[in-house]
Amino acid sequence: MKRIYVNEDRCIGCRLCEYNCAFANSGMRDMALALKGKTIYPRIHVEGDDKITFAVSCRHCTDPICMKSCIAGAIYDDNGVIRIDKNKCVGCLTCILVCPYGALAKGENGVMQKCELCLNNSCGEPACVKGCPNRAIVYEERGESL
Amino acid sequence: MGVEFIYPEFEVIRNESRCIACRVCERQCANEVHYFCPETGLMMSDESKCVDCQRCVSLCPTRALKIVKSDCSLRENANWKSDTIKEIYKQASSGGVLLSSMGSPKEMPVYWDKLLINASQVTNPSIDPLREPMETKVFLGKKPERIERDEKGRIKCELTPQLELSLPVMFSAMSYGSISYNAHESLARAATASGTYYNTGEGGLHKDFYCYGPHTIVQVASGRFGVHEEYLNAGAAIEIKIGQGAKPGIGGHLPGTKIVGDVSATRMIPEGTDAISPAPHHDIYSIEDLRQLVYSLKEATGYRKPVIVKVAAVHNISAIASGIARSGADIIAIDGFRGGTGAAPTRIRDNVGIPIELALAAVDQRLRDEGIRNNVSLVVGGSIRSASDVVKAVALGADACYIATAALLALGCHLCRTCQTGKCNWGIATQRPDLVKRLNPDIGSERLINLMTAWKHEIKELMGGMGINSIEALRGNRLMLRGVGLTEKELSILGVAHAGE
Repeated sequence: MKRIYVNEDRCIGCRLCEYNCAFANSGMRDMALALKGKTIYPRIHVEGDDKITFAVSCRHCTDPICMKSCIAGAIYDDNGVIRIDKNKCVGCLTCILVCPYGALAKGENGVMQKCELCLNNSCGEPACVKGCPNRAIVYEERGESL
Repeated sequence: MGVEFIYPEFEVIRNESRCIACRVCERQCANEVHYFCPETGLMMSDESKCVDCQRCVSLCPTRALKIVKSDCSLRENANWKSDTIKEIYKQASSGGVLLSSMGSPKEMPVYWDKLLINASQVTNPSIDPLREPMETKVFLGKKPERIERDEKGRIKCELTPQLELSLPVMFSAMSYGSISYNAHESLARAATASGTYYNTGEGGLHKDFYCYGPHTIVQVASGRFGVHEEYLNAGAAIEIKIGQGAKPGIGGHLPGTKIVGDVSATRMIPEGTDAISPAPHHDIYSIEDLRQLVYSLKEATGYRKPVIVKVAAVHNISAIASGIARSGADIIAIDGFRGGTGAAPTRIRDNVGIPIELALAAVDQRLRDEGIRNNVSLVVGGSIRSASDVVKAVALGADACYIATAALLALGCHLCRTCQTGKCNWGIATQRPDLVKRLNPDIGSERLINLMTAWKHEIKELMGGMGINSIEALRGNRLMLRGVGLTEKELSILGVAHAGE
């Protein structure tokens, strides 16, 4: 399955992925209109220090522990893409607790949200990958089971 | 601090209705122009630090930024131009020699732009490069005077070592140190993929790049940094650098702050020591001395590699080239006065040397007149900007061209001309790891390969239009050129007729 991978040697810590993610999921046509004056809630987060930076987003594990632990049954497997039904989420944050990668975060209204590979927004392909200026984030098939 | 005499050269224009305060500009600017004001929630800028490298402009996701030249102007004066006045201010405040980077931005004649290329009409057929074979391959090295046969009448085929180029363009010398590891890797990979060569400059060859050796020209310059037997044998050819177009007659100085880690190991000098290349080679004071070095290098590499001698285009270039052609060198590289550099004294860069077009025409003519043109191949550099410049250079007599500025532009350079600060925001002319990272060699090499592919197509189209199907048939074919707006003297040196003749 095609997954998003991040190469830390290439990540320059510009955080454009965070803004591209927030914009892609805003449903709006213009980034300035969508994000101006707002706190963003991206599904990808750049972590690191002044030496190394790394964008973290969902790995879409083959055996996702978040899905197993979700008390509301909100997280489900859609042909390998791990998605979340926001209407079912009760905001217990168990998924945050169990995710070994720290890939999950709350959305604007306290409900959980996660990377769904931009399948459900207008971008069509992962916006973080498309907008990465240094090709640090790639979307490719590596034949791995995570 | 007293009064600041110089008003910032650029203005940062931020469209507040588009700025989302994502702070990408702030993170990307090594000059620390942009900053976020938490009280107002607005992005601010200190334009006095801006060098107009356009990194922020390119990365701003909402296109909220532009950098413009400030229109704050000194009173106009045809004699005392504002740049001249500002240079006086700078020197009066620093007491130092002015430093500049890249090629001279001064308005000096560009003869390429005054030369026009011929095309076939009616009486001689033009060739469609998409339908018919077109040869852009060139070989650099000494060519035989005549066909020789052995006692059985068979042609003797042994040639002195040659470089094979798939198109008459190579990447010219830029040292590891002056440019980054990633920039070097991009050049090395692109040269390999494009069937041409890149040049180590005087910085030695990083051990990681020995695998690109068959497409590497290793340089031996006056400081002899990074030169050892393995290095000499690693490359496809060896270049003795006597001079450089941007700074003829002077040496180089890479400050100790840049001699860190691998740069220090590659140059074979201690960390933190200044790398000072002397102005002359201290063992070369004559053509005979040059011959000794040429043959020392050939001896060290078993006569398997062609030797290039690179000189800056200066007043007596044809006599100098004639000497080099007799020194045993296989290739002469001439660098014109518009050539680039990582750092040079401004006065030298803008006032020393001559245009490459005139130097090339004069050298080619002189070598032909003396019957020694076959002794050497000619490579020219110093602001070759496009495929048409390449075609014009070949028609004037060059075997191939060296490009460096064009290659850096392909890598993302925006010609802000502040390489000497070491804070290149595009990851090219810097050794700061966080900045070097910004140039992904996968992207860099791809863009260079694209550039070479595009130029090759254009060279073929221009050749096809002239009815020429091999670059060999274009070399020195000055009938394919006409001058416009040139004086009799310029035309006679260039050896071309005026348009209409």
